[in-house]
Amino acid sequence: MIDDSYELLIIGAGPAGMAAACEAASHGVRVAVLDNQTSPGGQIYRNVDRATDSRNRILGKDYVKGRLLVDRFKQCGGSYFSEATVWFLDEKRRVGVLIDDKSYFVSADKLVLATGAQERPMPIKGWQLPGVMTAGAGQILLKSAGMVPEGRLVLAGTGPLILLLAYQYLQAGVKFDALIDTTPQGAMLRSLGKLFEALPAVDYLLKGLKMMLAVRQAGIPVYHGVEGLGAVGEEKLEAVRFDAGKAGLKKVTDCELQADTLLLHQGVIPNFRLPLAAGCEIEWDAQQQNWIVVTDEWGRSSDADIYVVGDGSRISGAEASALQGRLAGMHISFQLGKINAGKLEALSGPVVKSYKRHLSIRPFLDSCYTPSPRYLVPDDATLVCRCEEISAGEIRQAVRLGCTGPNQVKSFTRCGMGPCQGSQCSSTVSLIISEQLGKPMTEVGCIRVRPPLSPITLGQLSEV
Amino acid sequence: MFKTIEDHAADTVGITVEGVPHRVPANISVAAAALLCGLGSVRETPVTGVGRLPYCMMGVCFDCLMKINGQPNQRACQVMVAADMTVERQLGAAEFEEF
Repeated sequence: MIDDSYELLIIGAGPAGMAAACEAASHGVRVAVLDNQTSPGGQIYRNVDRATDSRNRILGKDYVKGRLLVDRFKQCGGSYFSEATVWFLDEKRRVGVLIDDKSYFVSADKLVLATGAQERPMPIKGWQLPGVMTAGAGQILLKSAGMVPEGRLVLAGTGPLILLLAYQYLQAGVKFDALIDTTPQGAMLRSLGKLFEALPAVDYLLKGLKMMLAVRQAGIPVYHGVEGLGAVGEEKLEAVRFDAGKAGLKKVTDCELQADTLLLHQGVIPNFRLPLAAGCEIEWDAQQQNWIVVTDEWGRSSDADIYVVGDGSRISGAEASALQGRLAGMHISFQLGKINAGKLEALSGPVVKSYKRHLSIRPFLDSCYTPSPRYLVPDDATLVCRCEEISAGEIRQAVRLGCTGPNQVKSFTRCGMGPCQGSQCSSTVSLIISEQLGKPMTEVGCIRVRPPLSPITLGQLSEV
Repeated sequence: MFKTIEDHAADTVGITVEGVPHRVPANISVAAAALLCGLGSVRETPVTGVGRLPYCMMGVCFDCLMKINGQPNQRACQVMVAADMTVERQLGAAEFEEF
């Protein structure tokens, strides 16, 4: 049973949330953690405490390592609520949560939002067809169900995750028909200057190289610098096509590959809906091409009682997220009078150092894997809002009619008004408007979020 | 289409998907089960009636909305399978119950 109030309420039990809970609980803070999955771990360590040996072998030691944090978290003494859906949060830090079909309001002195990342939408032609999924979805099926695609499989996109999934599929004995790399031509070369900064995190670079090599050795056709990618099919995916790309040094044009499954990926972006609902300040990150939540070195947002840590504030990866969670946990313990300034300084020193090491890979990754503008701002015929089935052309038409921002476009077209509440279209809509009006993203803004933040029935609501 | 790479024989549950009985691994989501059972689509959209399959598998895209144990508009990726569960495709918008 959940209490009415806690000293610290954490939303999300991924690396950042778990680490924040462990740290704060170790200093005597009364902590509760709400998470929507059935077991702790977040997306990165999903199901890690129940995974089979064969699954662990496929997913690799970076995944298995999550078990340590999950075990520590389970014993940290905080209250943990799994399968908890947060459907309300306001600027007064009131949290509405659905647990076991019952709704509760919970308040807290301090709030940690550790809601992690979601995949960046990749609006290409036909991305709504059955048979097209995200690479993350493919990995979730592997982690949580030991399931892999059957039939002709194509992986397409850019970013570390698509490469990791390709590698994991090879470990699982899954043959795929092609890896289509949409990383813009020359991006790798342009990013070489950032390699020096990344040297402290050379382990990340070596892992990436190992995976690239494995794909090459498996003899999988790889197409680089691919432009004009689209999914083709009537009622379901039948083929993947692209206008131009390169296979080795050979130019390939108008290529069509038969496929049953297409897994798409172009990086991850903060899942910042809760910080947005709480009124935390956000800003546009031009390098990462996504909104980030403004925080200080302890993860504190523009609201001093709300900390936003991990990928939910800015994409930094699992290891850095856990360290940032720890820093927030320490600072909250200090703020609540559980530890003094001297202890905070002594505890945080080594954590900050390690955190900076893990962050040093980011400038290289961000520069190398910034998605091509063509895959962020689609042509008129491409669907942008999957729920209400609104195309880029319809959004542009609304802007021509005088809409100046995403919320007005929403009122005019219903784009972003469907059940996903803009999770799949929000950034695309803002980017289209920004391009069309020549206005910076900070001025354009993003689609507002409103409660209920997750679906809730009237019956469940009436119990509050 | 998806398949499982593990032997789940010891730990399965019986569910009904679109009126057809299936045995699926316990501890997987309804969306995963729907993919395993080979459904061509889990829902038809309320706008144009086209078919969709699960897309994100992590609860953000709402493309896996299904009718589970008679309750419409459930995110199938967020609900775990259970013995004797009834799973149906969600056809268009949910209907109101008569009062």
